Amino acid sequence: MLGAHSHIACNNIQTLFLQRKISIRPFTSKTRICTAASVISGSSVTHKTWSPLSMEKPLSKALLETDVWKVIPGKFGRFGGKYVPETLITSLKQLENEFNFVLQDTAFQEELSTALREYVGRETPLYFAERLTNHYKDENGEGPEIYLKREDLNHMGAHKINNAIAQVMIAKRMGRKSVVAATGAGQHGVATAAACAKLGLECTVYMGTDDTEKQSSKSNVLLMNLLGAQVKGVNGSFKDASSEAIRGWVGDLERSYYLCGTVVGPHPCPSMVREFQSVIGKETRRQAMEKWGGKPEVLIACVGSGSNALGLFNEFIKDEEVRLIGVEAAGFGLDSGRHSATLSRGEVGVYHRAMTYLLQDEEGQILGAHSIGVGLEYPGVGPEISFLKDSGRAEFYTATDHEAVDAYKRLCRLEGIFPALEASHALAFLDKLCPTLPNGAKVVVNCSGHGYKDAATVFNYQQQPQ
Amino acid sequence: MAAALKAPSTFFQLKTSGSHSFPRFTSHTVSLSAKRFAPMASLAVSSSVGLAETFSRLKQQGKVALIPYITAGDPDLSTTAEALKVLDSCGSDIIELGVPYSDPLADGPVIQAAATRSLARGTNFNAIISMLKEVVPQLSCPIALFTYYNPILRRGVEKVMSTISDIGVHGLVVPDVPLEETESLRKEAIKHNIELVLLTTPTTPRDRMKSIVEVSEGFIYLVSSVGVTGARASVSDRVQNLIQEIKEASTIPVAVGFGISKPEHVKQLAAWGADGVIVGSAMVKLLGEAKSPEEGLKELENFTKSLKSALP
Repeated sequence: MLGAHSHIACNNIQTLFLQRKISIRPFTSKTRICTAASVISGSSVTHKTWSPLSMEKPLSKALLETDVWKVIPGKFGRFGGKYVPETLITSLKQLENEFNFVLQDTAFQEELSTALREYVGRETPLYFAERLTNHYKDENGEGPEIYLKREDLNHMGAHKINNAIAQVMIAKRMGRKSVVAATGAGQHGVATAAACAKLGLECTVYMGTDDTEKQSSKSNVLLMNLLGAQVKGVNGSFKDASSEAIRGWVGDLERSYYLCGTVVGPHPCPSMVREFQSVIGKETRRQAMEKWGGKPEVLIACVGSGSNALGLFNEFIKDEEVRLIGVEAAGFGLDSGRHSATLSRGEVGVYHRAMTYLLQDEEGQILGAHSIGVGLEYPGVGPEISFLKDSGRAEFYTATDHEAVDAYKRLCRLEGIFPALEASHALAFLDKLCPTLPNGAKVVVNCSGHGYKDAATVFNYQQQPQ
Repeated sequence: MAAALKAPSTFFQLKTSGSHSFPRFTSHTVSLSAKRFAPMASLAVSSSVGLAETFSRLKQQGKVALIPYITAGDPDLSTTAEALKVLDSCGSDIIELGVPYSDPLADGPVIQAAATRSLARGTNFNAIISMLKEVVPQLSCPIALFTYYNPILRRGVEKVMSTISDIGVHGLVVPDVPLEETESLRKEAIKHNIELVLLTTPTTPRDRMKSIVEVSEGFIYLVSSVGVTGARASVSDRVQNLIQEIKEASTIPVAVGFGISKPEHVKQLAAWGADGVIVGSAMVKLLGEAKSPEEGLKELENFTKSLKSALP
């Protein structure tokens, strides 16, 4: 019973690591055995007495000295974990149990499938961008073929709904009456509010006042209100809204459900969001097979916290010949101090309840991030993304505000499509990438959202003096 | 014993290195403290007694520990230094000192605001250590540092433990590290004789509570309510049961915190069998929101005395 699903708390990366198929740096050389500490029972789901393997013996001083290796679910190498106040441990455990259950519950999967098809509008096209492809051809007329995974065509205009609808369904199953979420640019907030409206739950969204004032986010606030959600402003940006949302949740644990919008946070959040976003990659595999009878050579996605990137990448992690490329926001430039390039300039620490890369000062205080793509403004990054970087499975680069704006305009002119400024960062990297690729290489770029919201920003954009 | 012997040499180091190691102190305060440095003999009263020992001593006397919490650097470090002395002289048995952090997710608005003010003034870990180096030898009660995990990680767990141990800090509380992740912290804490205090809450299942209680050092921090720090109107009845449950599981002293703000609360907890009471936001508010540091210190003194008198 447990066997088939004991890998659920694990993930593809973990499996590869254990099979020594990808090499890891020395510090992770101790094998971490990943087993689901939560037990899935066929009938009852919640309130199973929690007795994780690591707690079978009290960790007395003697044991500490022998360096016994512990079993910790939700770790990706040294990243991940759950660094939360004790108050939240039980709630997270319940969440994990519920998640593990729905993954193998046919009724839930069918309901989710229907919702994705008929409410979200999936599957999204894998679109061949002919004029963009031609733009990148060299003098000999050679170059890669560029496809766009059109997550911008989802209901609510971004990939966020894939996760929001699934989790609101879980909240309803758990008997929760209200959903609490934090949002940066507003896309996750809007997706959550919509899903709550559809399923009849109360919705409270925390948003940083730095963000509510932004051009591209103002309309999202309006939309959330119309969808019946309560929007609470928090002094600061997404990181402050996120902390405040957790505090709000902690004050109302019985009634409310914390809906994580991205692959950060304490276990099981990163794994849950990744699972629900992985529909992007699954569709891509099938569509690639239909279109050209093979796999993509390169996958590119923008990386703020990593949800759309992992959504595309996850399916292909075991396919080592597929290059995985993430593009972060370099803002005003990596040396300007105003960017969100966590993987390029960050250090490892504990942030938002997980061990991951983050932008911090020498004191360990968290730095603010900047990007013209508000959804990329996050000083941390998902722990699984951190692991992909450290293990070398994925490559990470950056694009500046200016390069993103150029890429936005280019796609408008060449394909008649508005990419979100966030996704534009991924498109911007094509400039550097395409000349290096062989003729006919298949490149899939995740167009994670639409850019109508950014039209005014792009139009008014003046490049700042360096 | 070892700590008491260490203190004199630290004192001499301070004297010879001059005032440049205290960037946050005004010259006025430095000279004030210099005056307080009486002859060698009085240094022997510096606390070398740890948290666990303090509790056992109090238990023998039938007393309940008063454990105030203040955030370092709010309104400024020299006021914090004075506040520590005031709290000590008014009968505090242990003092918790909070290291301000940019993202304090376990804290409510009062302590969040204190952290923000403190960080805006440029308070950092090194400055706090410098301040403590001078003040700890003058205190009769032990200090426990309260900090989030990331700043510790940034410096290195080993380095932090040895630094705080060297200056005579006895305990450490890290609220965002749950039991599963405490391994490296506990290893280093034991090595450096720092008592790592763990937390348990009303949402913690009994088995887990027992595991936590078994490895907590110094005392067990019982969080009184489900939520963040911040004064509340009354203490939940559940706390009485929780205290009993812990006592059934272990002999470790139980101190209750979060939301305790009045002499009535403190009396109630003592009656329910708590070995210690932790008062944070109420103290922080008095100090941080007073019209002047002197007034804040006066109000702190009065408040502490009122709490102390409510306790056996």
